[in-house]
Amino acid sequence: MASVFEYAPAPESRSAVDIAPAYGLFVDGEFTDAADGKVFKTVAPATEEVLSEVAQAGEADVDRAVRAARKAFTGWSALPGTERAKYLFRIARIIQERSRELAVLETLDNGKPIRETRDSDLPLVAAHFFYYAGWADKLDHAGFGANPRPLGVAGQVIPWNFPLLMLAWKIAPALATGNTVVLKPAETTPLSALFFADICRQAGLPRGVVNILPGYGDAGAALVAHPDVDKVAFTGSTAVGKEIARTVAGTAKKLTLELGGKGANIVFDDAPLDQAVEGVVSGIFFNQGQVCCAGSRLLVQESIHDELLDALKRRLTTLRLGDPLDKNTDIGAINSAEQLARITALADRGEAEGAERWSPECELPSSGYWFAPTLFTNVTQAHTIARDEIFGPVLSVLTFRTPDEAVAKANNTPYGLSAGIWTEKGSRMLAVANRLRAGVVWSNTFNKFDPASPFGGYKESGFGREGGRHGLEAYLDV
Amino acid sequence: MSDARLSVFKTYKLYVGGKFPRSESGRVYEVTDREGTWLANAPLASRKDARDAVVAARKAFGPWSGATAYNRGQVLYRVAEMLEGRREQFVREVAEAEGLSAAEAAAQVDAAVDRWVWYAGWTDKIAQVVGGGNPVAGPYFNLSTPEPTGVVAVLAPQESSFLGLVSVIAPVIATGSTAVVVASERFPLPALSLGEVLATSDVPGGVVNVLSGRTAEMAPTLAAHQDVNAIDLAGADENLAKELEIAAADNLKRVLRPQPVDDDWFTTPGTERMTAFLETKTVWHPTGSLGASGSSY
Repeated sequence: MASVFEYAPAPESRSAVDIAPAYGLFVDGEFTDAADGKVFKTVAPATEEVLSEVAQAGEADVDRAVRAARKAFTGWSALPGTERAKYLFRIARIIQERSRELAVLETLDNGKPIRETRDSDLPLVAAHFFYYAGWADKLDHAGFGANPRPLGVAGQVIPWNFPLLMLAWKIAPALATGNTVVLKPAETTPLSALFFADICRQAGLPRGVVNILPGYGDAGAALVAHPDVDKVAFTGSTAVGKEIARTVAGTAKKLTLELGGKGANIVFDDAPLDQAVEGVVSGIFFNQGQVCCAGSRLLVQESIHDELLDALKRRLTTLRLGDPLDKNTDIGAINSAEQLARITALADRGEAEGAERWSPECELPSSGYWFAPTLFTNVTQAHTIARDEIFGPVLSVLTFRTPDEAVAKANNTPYGLSAGIWTEKGSRMLAVANRLRAGVVWSNTFNKFDPASPFGGYKESGFGREGGRHGLEAYLDV
Repeated sequence: MSDARLSVFKTYKLYVGGKFPRSESGRVYEVTDREGTWLANAPLASRKDARDAVVAARKAFGPWSGATAYNRGQVLYRVAEMLEGRREQFVREVAEAEGLSAAEAAAQVDAAVDRWVWYAGWTDKIAQVVGGGNPVAGPYFNLSTPEPTGVVAVLAPQESSFLGLVSVIAPVIATGSTAVVVASERFPLPALSLGEVLATSDVPGGVVNVLSGRTAEMAPTLAAHQDVNAIDLAGADENLAKELEIAAADNLKRVLRPQPVDDDWFTTPGTERMTAFLETKTVWHPTGSLGASGSSY
């Protein structure tokens, strides 16, 4: 990469984590093989090195795990909230203690930069458990009436983009409210969930309260369809979310879905330009753009289009792509060959449909799954890259002239998860925020997360909220 | 004056977009009392009528959701006022429809009037109850606010033709959504008369749209409609509810499944029927710091 500064490599030590050659399912407090003995390999996307071989859950394992969770529910839900709280506080503390190990593990298995796992994922994971721990004995005061009851067994299916953080978002509120869980991590990132199983053992969590089933989509489908599951929580694609909604139709299962997005990042002509550029970069290149709330559509006011694009391109040339374990790395690997193929196909389509493609000069490593930061200009709302969620480091740039037009374009999507606004004028910020149909609006900032802050979408980005007091509702019989 | 004066019948019509159209299909069906005596002909609304009602509800959503909560509260209270003035008419219609005594029907109508008053008071309070500031660990102002989900298809309860009806409409519009209501199939007349009350209560046209006819004919269209944001399945039986929930998944409508009803709708409700059709929007902004160099991000 042509760069003003040459950096010496500054790799985090891989020895911080000890990955076993094989892992089992975690059911009823024990690591076990799958009933049919199936296993699958998990690889490091940055190198394609096989990290471990993991038991692959099937329908029989789902049934066994749900039964274990059901059995554990009686005791767990009957525990005084204060006792449940202390288990969660223990888990939060152990995560903090082991955060370096977990950050390295997550970076290896997911491909994202260590800077992100170390500074963002892991602190948020610990904070999430710490936050919900405190709720466990205060549910009477949460605004859902006196003594709100848990639902029972929660079946949870999570994605690969923030493996441990999504686990925390699912498990912490479920346990705090007295539910037991069966969680299926994504097939490309099973390891941190299995390390979490070990943390549950260290914390002395009663057996069966948390069950972890690594596996593929068939295991997830079996889990959400299981008749003894009372609650289904899913984070992932909108297509799968709709399928799950059909599956639970006509049952008593409570459902929350956190799905795709096509977030608009709106930059007005009075925006602080340097900060806006940083926000736009974080909005789409954080975690290689593999973020449901990514600001994948840049809506820039016509009068500053050229100036902003120049600054943005200058900034992109300084991004460092490469070894995710290097502490200087900004852009890591794409999570899987499959995802890389999808990003590549959509970007090619953008070009074929007539948008103008640009990437900084950027040398990609010879092994692993990589995609250079890419932006498209001359994009119209009809272009596929302006409509479909790409889930990769690809930014589509559109323009607008008036605030009304910005709002109309921002809302012109079936999604409604996130949006960004950049302006120095407070009344304009508030007026625009008011009219955006999105669950999270970041103004003069982007991609900020906090356990106290509810997160979730409008429209086809799903329903229900995770985080904050709001996040309790998904796991209570209210 | 002759005792034998011939009374004037009312032609019951749909209420869509603030107007009172007949069904575009030209169809009607006979509405009878419990004994089978003819009461009136009601419009047998079609799928096209349902789609037209969605268009009207969508058009009304912007202004209605943008009105102040205080204003919406006054409008809902106005509905109660208008209803109180037409109490006798509704007592008669409910008594005839449901086969109740005058006293029983009066209790239903009174409770329905009071329900409008109850929800009128909620419009400018719900946001404080379910929203608020979030203490995030960083220099950010962070506020969660409830917002109406949009157009809500409401399948009104089949048995409780008026108190049940009001109990499902009022929470939807109190928080700023707009409604397409499918009235009780067998007892549609009180619902169609309610349209006349809404039309004279400062409720903007299109905020509530009332259709009468076959629930099973119109509901699938509404459940599958891409411009409907949510559906209340109160008036659907188990099989229909499941079919509709599957159809609703196509654009991820918010679905309120049929709920157990306490005391024939007389029990004062909770907030659930409002929150079922609310979204939560969370807005972040840096708070900066006031150092020697002034504020900064």
